[in-house]
Amino acid sequence: MSIEIANVTKRFGGFVALDDVSVSIPSGQLTALLGPSGGGKSTLLRIIAGLEQADSGRVTIEGLDATNLPPQKRNVGFVFQHYAAFKHLSVRRNVAFGLEIRKRPKDEVRARVDELLALVHLRQFADRLPSQLSGGQRQRMALARALAVEPTVLLLDEPFGALDAKVRKELRDWLRRLHDEVNVTTVFVTHDQEEALEVADEIVVINEGRVEQIGSPDELYDQPANDFVMRFLGPVTQLGQQLVRPHDLQIHTGTADPAAVTGRITRVTRIGFEIRVEVTTADQIVTVTLTRNEFLSLGVQTGDTVQVQVAEQVHIGAAYPQTLGAA
Amino acid sequence: MAKRPGRYALRLVVVGYLFLLVAWPVYLVGKNAFADGMENINGILEDPDIVHALVLTVQVAIIAVIINTVFGVGISMLLVRYQFPGKRLLSALLDMPLSVSPIVVGLALVLVYGGRTGWFGPALEGIGFQVIFSTPGIVMATVFVALPLVIREVVPVLEEIGDEQEQAARSLGANAVQTFRRITLPAIKWGVIYGVVLSLARSLGEFGAVKVVSGNVLGETRTATLVVEEKYLNFDKGGAYATAFLLALVAVAAIIIVSVIRPKEDR
Repeated sequence: MSIEIANVTKRFGGFVALDDVSVSIPSGQLTALLGPSGGGKSTLLRIIAGLEQADSGRVTIEGLDATNLPPQKRNVGFVFQHYAAFKHLSVRRNVAFGLEIRKRPKDEVRARVDELLALVHLRQFADRLPSQLSGGQRQRMALARALAVEPTVLLLDEPFGALDAKVRKELRDWLRRLHDEVNVTTVFVTHDQEEALEVADEIVVINEGRVEQIGSPDELYDQPANDFVMRFLGPVTQLGQQLVRPHDLQIHTGTADPAAVTGRITRVTRIGFEIRVEVTTADQIVTVTLTRNEFLSLGVQTGDTVQVQVAEQVHIGAAYPQTLGAA
Repeated sequence: MAKRPGRYALRLVVVGYLFLLVAWPVYLVGKNAFADGMENINGILEDPDIVHALVLTVQVAIIAVIINTVFGVGISMLLVRYQFPGKRLLSALLDMPLSVSPIVVGLALVLVYGGRTGWFGPALEGIGFQVIFSTPGIVMATVFVALPLVIREVVPVLEEIGDEQEQAARSLGANAVQTFRRITLPAIKWGVIYGVVLSLARSLGEFGAVKVVSGNVLGETRTATLVVEEKYLNFDKGGAYATAFLLALVAVAAIIIVSVIRPKEDR
């Protein structure tokens, strides 16, 4: 295990940001810390980097007890949401910063910086100032800067949070490919479950200062440990006392059977290839998502009476006491 | 279209106001200084006591600016980057030199460091260090009145740049000193330079506090502003204007040079 976090607690005044958190983050993988804003995930990342001090608990990085080490002795690369570019230095000097601090020979610095700039596709911008780059380019520069010092672990705090949706998606794919190339242990913080599911090898779900679940994207999505994880990772709806994913429900127009619940279609919304059908049963509104073809072959419309049931072999949440509206 | 005449009227009022209050009076000082050609200027530059006063003023101003710059940048870092109890009180205290009359500053310093009756003065004098009626006292009074100028320029810049660049530098292996020299200082450079220029101008021109603590001894502790007063009261108006012109020249030149060389994109 590359990063061991043992019983870490952190308070800010009366607010408990992390409550006795223990996590092991595996070497060489891309791990996401996922959770809602204010849940403690950024604080955990900053404690790993040494930018915050834990009130109690220990942090071990590749076998080295880093609990009391200042950030400059931890050999971690840190990438900030708002880039933290050194504004008065050119792109080249930004990337070279860590190597210059380490007093590496000039030739070596130059060669290494050229290599990294090529890796992040910024070679032609080497002599520009950060203010002359777009957000996505600045973040790639920040990534090259963090990688330059050959960090033991690379930590990214909401790295794509300040970028627009299209650039964010591009950089996400690019980060995945970069990680497969460089293979440095990487931890990134995100509140976007789609980002985590798409990019990460492993996801740690953090909420209200606690770890809710640790697992692969498939495990988390298909076998969520609790309702919170189930809700946070994707859309949910309620059928009777069961919490289910809307795409795990089936509609048929046959006669009532004991496994199904009878209801009336009260609304049909089309979102691209997906059709969202709201079925009002005796006591609740159930949301079912179907593909366009499934919906067309059913031949139903608003006002029709249908049977709703859970498709076979899918996970359903534990009984949930209160009635939900459409999720 | 309706806005236009209003805007021009506003401009006229502002320009007229500044002209009558600042530009015209300062211009007249210059005009009077050169009323007899170079005679007034040559007159004061040939008087060794006045040259001594000018040199003393420059020396005091430079020492005061150095002290205020080092202290000011340090205090600014403390105020912006750290949380501690009493921070607001400290911040309010730092504005005091701007609000208190310099003559009060002078009297206060005499109360503490006065050679005979001061709270701390006799002890210092006992070890041979005279503060009041001597150069250290003049420096202290000048440092006091110009104290907040660097801080008030640097604090907003530090707040604006935030501490992420510093954190990034730390995570890349830089220690506190390296981070300050390579990242923080270049980022606040123009704030510091502006603070230095304002402090320099203020230090050269200080009168009230210096008058109280210096003793105003000709050829020893008389500074340039005191020369101006002395000459004016003794009906040597030419000499007074010439000295005043030299004082204003240095201060105005410093401010103009900095506004010209300051890069536009930083503003």
